[in-house]
Amino acid sequence: MELEPVYQVGQLSTTGFLIASVIKVLIVFLVVLVTVAMLTLLERKISAWMQDRLGPNRVGPGGLAQPVADGLKNILKEESNPGQAHRVFFVLAPMLAITPAMVTFAVIPLASPLPTPWGLVEMVIADMPIGVLFLLAFSSLGVYGIVIAGWASSNKYALLGGLRAGAQMISYEIALGMSLLSVLFLVGNVRLPEVVWGQQQLGLWFAIPLSISFLFFWVSAFAETNRLPFDLPEAESELITGYHTEYSSMKFSMFFIAEYAHVLTVSMLMATLFLGGWDIPFWSGDNMLGMADGTVVGAAPAVWKTLLTLLAFVVKTGFFIVMFMLIRWTLPRFRYDQVMDLGWKLMLPALLTVVTVTAGTILALDSAGVAYGLVYGLVLTAVNAVMLGIFLLVLDRGRVLSGGYARQEKRAHARAVARFHREEFEVGHGAPAEG
Amino acid sequence: MARRRKDKEMAANVRLMKRPEREASYLRATLKGVALTFRHMVNPHKVTMQYPEEKWALSPRWRGTHVMEQHEDGRPKCVACGLCPAICPANCIRLVPGEDDQGNRYPVVYEIDEFRCIFCGMCQEVCPVEAIHVGQHYENSEYTRDNFVYDLDRLMSQKQPSTLLWDPSDPASE
Ligand code: SF4
Ligand code: SF4
Repeated sequence: MELEPVYQVGQLSTTGFLIASVIKVLIVFLVVLVTVAMLTLLERKISAWMQDRLGPNRVGPGGLAQPVADGLKNILKEESNPGQAHRVFFVLAPMLAITPAMVTFAVIPLASPLPTPWGLVEMVIADMPIGVLFLLAFSSLGVYGIVIAGWASSNKYALLGGLRAGAQMISYEIALGMSLLSVLFLVGNVRLPEVVWGQQQLGLWFAIPLSISFLFFWVSAFAETNRLPFDLPEAESELITGYHTEYSSMKFSMFFIAEYAHVLTVSMLMATLFLGGWDIPFWSGDNMLGMADGTVVGAAPAVWKTLLTLLAFVVKTGFFIVMFMLIRWTLPRFRYDQVMDLGWKLMLPALLTVVTVTAGTILALDSAGVAYGLVYGLVLTAVNAVMLGIFLLVLDRGRVLSGGYARQEKRAHARAVARFHREEFEVGHGAPAEG
Repeated sequence: MARRRKDKEMAANVRLMKRPEREASYLRATLKGVALTFRHMVNPHKVTMQYPEEKWALSPRWRGTHVMEQHEDGRPKCVACGLCPAICPANCIRLVPGEDDQGNRYPVVYEIDEFRCIFCGMCQEVCPVEAIHVGQHYENSEYTRDNFVYDLDRLMSQKQPSTLLWDPSDPASE
């Protein structure tokens, strides 16, 4: 790999760093909150369009102020606290649900580094060396809020919802982590700006060379956010609304906000990990990596580049969000056994294979001395395409997810066994009198 | 014996149709479904009517709340003949007839309880002077039940067009 040019922008002083951080925190937090509010509107609008309706259009121009009205309503509504509920945990649960969802934005790089007269400002609130691990740790904390909500409500439906959430999240956390492994193999780092840099260096977004990991990550992301078709914790038809059955007014709203914040985080994360983060395709002018000491490797940083890359990031995140909604209004909810089958019997073994094969390929490529670049990526693409093809073929054969058809063999077998036993019984005891 | 057992088995088990994989595949069904929802998302057939701003055009034979026709000088056309309270199947018209110095009959009290009315339109059909009509109107909301009892003034001040119970150009429809 030829050495990339290095630009010296200069390091922020400690005060400068503090000020920049505070500004970043404020802006990102505000933007995230507003975006989440707007997501609730977007969801309602998109679902309306898909169902040939118009959606909310009365409050403000085109219904834009609907989230404000909703929020106001939720704050003003009476809060009911069930008498049997455990008060402390009942109040704690919504906070536990919303906090991790709000914290995880801190490590996601939003745009290319911004050069300022005072030094280089990274466009990520906390450029942690353990970015990905932090993200995984915090997003799985969200399940505590749900489980505690279910338990503290003292309501059988809520409890069942909480249990389901726990089981489902734990099952899919494994798949999530495993599909992430391939990315980490390839980048060799868990710092998220490095992941973006790795994709720029490869010349391909990881969605292409790691297509099968991408697919699995996407599926488990649906399960992690409790969105349809994985919304078993709040299955209305079976559990009323599951874990938040007993919650009302702003406490309910907090679960709601947490769900959308999770959708936003996961979309941002998928954009960063698999769609090149803030990278603009087919343009090398934005391939840069900011360092903690104020230097930039790669292209020269510029303010307009930061803005452009920010736009690219927003577009990619938006794509995933719309996909979330599209899937939600397309697919019906899985049965519980299907969710568990998919997680444990299909995704886990498949991912183990994928991780092994990908790691083997990377090892082979490295020992063959192939430089990290387009050829490297294309070999991985080919390997992954084969695996993806096999996986889709298996899925298409209807072994796991189709309805009655897939279980027909199982049923026929069970019937044959029952008949066999019965006939044996009849031979031994004479035919039972049938009336 | 064998046949009977098979019958019993069918009753106990739901029979599963043997579907070809093309139809049973979750993957293909998902893709098809996403394509469908996407098509609707980008090109929704917006069929919703924005109700208070837009309204359906009513049929000229729509029978709604009543209108009392009046003379140019503002007197009701009703001659208090008593036919409409007599024919009203819901018994919701209250008429107290009166007579002036010239011997003209007029309604002293004329009330219709629109809550009890079944909008059959028989009062309009029976009226000899075409005074009472059912109207082309459907937005009826009031704060109290008493407000649904329309008195003579209210009946005369109704603005909606009155119903055509039959098509005047088509004698067969009468
Ligand atoms: S429409 Fe029928 S029910 Fe109503 S007032 Fe006239 S006759 Fe009576
Ligand atoms: S039928 Fe006509 S004229 Fe006779 S009482 Fe009724 S409204 Fe008056």
